[in-house]
Amino acid sequence: MADWQTERRTRQERMKAGSVFAQGKIVAEKDATALLEAVIRAGDRVCLEGDNQKQADFLAASLANANPQILHDLHIVQSGIVLPEHIDLFEKGIARKLDFSYSGPQGAAISRALDSGKIELGAIHTYVELFGRYFMDLTPHVALTVARSADREGNLYMGPNTEDSPVVIEATAYKNGIVVAQVNEIVDKLPRVDIPGDQVDFVVLTKKPFFVEPLFTRDPALITEIQILAAMMAIKGIYAEYGVKLLNHGIGYNTAAIELLLPTFAEKLGLKGKIASHWALNPHPTLIPAIESGWVKQIHSFGSEVGMDNYMAARPDIYFTGRDGSMSSNRMYCQIAGLYATDMFIGSTLQIDLQGNSSTVTAGRIAGFGGAPNMGSDAHGRRHPSQPWLKAGREAAETFSPLSRGRKLVVQLVESFSEKMTPVFVEKLDSIALAEKYKLDLAPVMIYGDDVTHIVSEEGIANLLLCRTPGEREQAIRGIAGFTDVGRGRDRKMVEQLRERKIIRRPEDLGINPLDADRKMLAAQSIKDLMQWSGNLYNPPSKFRNW
Amino acid sequence: MLTLKFAYTAKRRAAGTKAEALIGVVASGNLEVLLERMLPGASCEVEIATPVKGFDATWKAVVDEFVERSAPGGLRISINDGGARPDTVFLRLMQGCATMESE
Repeated sequence: MADWQTERRTRQERMKAGSVFAQGKIVAEKDATALLEAVIRAGDRVCLEGDNQKQADFLAASLANANPQILHDLHIVQSGIVLPEHIDLFEKGIARKLDFSYSGPQGAAISRALDSGKIELGAIHTYVELFGRYFMDLTPHVALTVARSADREGNLYMGPNTEDSPVVIEATAYKNGIVVAQVNEIVDKLPRVDIPGDQVDFVVLTKKPFFVEPLFTRDPALITEIQILAAMMAIKGIYAEYGVKLLNHGIGYNTAAIELLLPTFAEKLGLKGKIASHWALNPHPTLIPAIESGWVKQIHSFGSEVGMDNYMAARPDIYFTGRDGSMSSNRMYCQIAGLYATDMFIGSTLQIDLQGNSSTVTAGRIAGFGGAPNMGSDAHGRRHPSQPWLKAGREAAETFSPLSRGRKLVVQLVESFSEKMTPVFVEKLDSIALAEKYKLDLAPVMIYGDDVTHIVSEEGIANLLLCRTPGEREQAIRGIAGFTDVGRGRDRKMVEQLRERKIIRRPEDLGINPLDADRKMLAAQSIKDLMQWSGNLYNPPSKFRNW
Repeated sequence: MLTLKFAYTAKRRAAGTKAEALIGVVASGNLEVLLERMLPGASCEVEIATPVKGFDATWKAVVDEFVERSAPGGLRISINDGGARPDTVFLRLMQGCATMESE
């Protein structure tokens, strides 16, 4: 007789061991480490949220305090390695294996932990890819999540920071796992229920509110004229050219410049209503002037942004909001929107090679991918047409075919040199050496060259859709690589030919006056300007208040 | 402070009649460019004062490209550099030339 109940029995044992520390579902702060030692077992897959924005920081610290004699060899399967405690788990031997997606501030620490053999790296994923694996071969045994409030039944309210939680909890709860949430408060009645209580086993009330990183705030004061020049080229040469209405922006200053040029430069070009109306986008404060000027129809967000709560609650025509009035984010749904339902992704990167492959991995830093590769890839499962998608598909096709598919526009917007005169255009990505060093089966590539349709630098736009040979592609990239070694190594004659074929377009080809590359063109030139645009609804975090 | 000097014969004389223009500021990562219409014919001279050593070839490449892509004939151009990146230098030169050619 087969036994079909082993997981359920194990879950019951864990619940029994954990219940010692709980009153109903509620666990006191001081008992958190003991609870985790009771419900987690050595070798478990654990998802510790842990994304790029909100952090179950108290549970992370509690887990890092666990006794490595009891909890060891954990397999961490979480989207963001962001807090020092996440690294501590590996340094202390509590965790050994890691599958993740994004590591932003801990990129250098991960690299060091790999060097010392403390981390055994599975893979670096994109968000939806890791979420997909939660339902296949990386289902968590235990999920440690975070919410703003809970009631005594364990129902959770996340406010605008729902983010990864629903997908993590669904995968764990419905596969006999244990879900523990840390919350800022316990209330009798929640404003709305984001996670139903029957999927939540334990609730830890913490004294300190959970940490949220203001990851998407770009101070307009730091946008340079070089970035403005490239942004103007992108607007005229790509947004207007293809009529892009449905899109995603990365988080760099380059795309912030575009957001701030919509109500000024783009409005003068008569593009309002014709471009940039529907967004899969985090709540970027730099989009406030465009929203207030009537450019934006709607925005769905992966996560939230510190300081934007009141503004978003006051603009339900724009943002997705709950019946309680507050915005609701969901990383899984927004990633799907970005993958299948946008016509363009535009973002930045740290390195691009001669065929357009790009990477954010540089020597000594493993920053991960986050969600960009989902937006920044052509979705081969797409079946609905749109004008930009069809036009890009026609440009890419060598010859006409009645079955030609469209193409998502995937645009890399970069400056030829990044900080400290580091060239962005390179002959060979650092990630190749990194893959050799750590014996990875797959060199980390942010966006593969065959997905990239355009590269924009301050020198011009390279349209890779129109390139017919690897040689043309290389010269199109060299031709906009500025004064980097890659740029100076161009074949000048071939570059001029590519310019005649409009594969390369320079500011003068697009009718952009260099004198317009001026900070006065930005709709807001400071964080304070953004507050004023928002009618003081935007409440920037203190680190951005420099007045 | 390092001084570099380059002399060119441009494709043609810069349009317009403006006698001089000053663009940019000397700040970290930025530069100031003074353009004076004082040379005969299509001659163009560029003099650079920079605190950063070791980038002579990059400076020459930037100024070569500028002269190639614009028409700065008749202009004497003085650059006061604050450690700007080559793309910023190039943009300022193009802005300076556009200013001289504007009415």
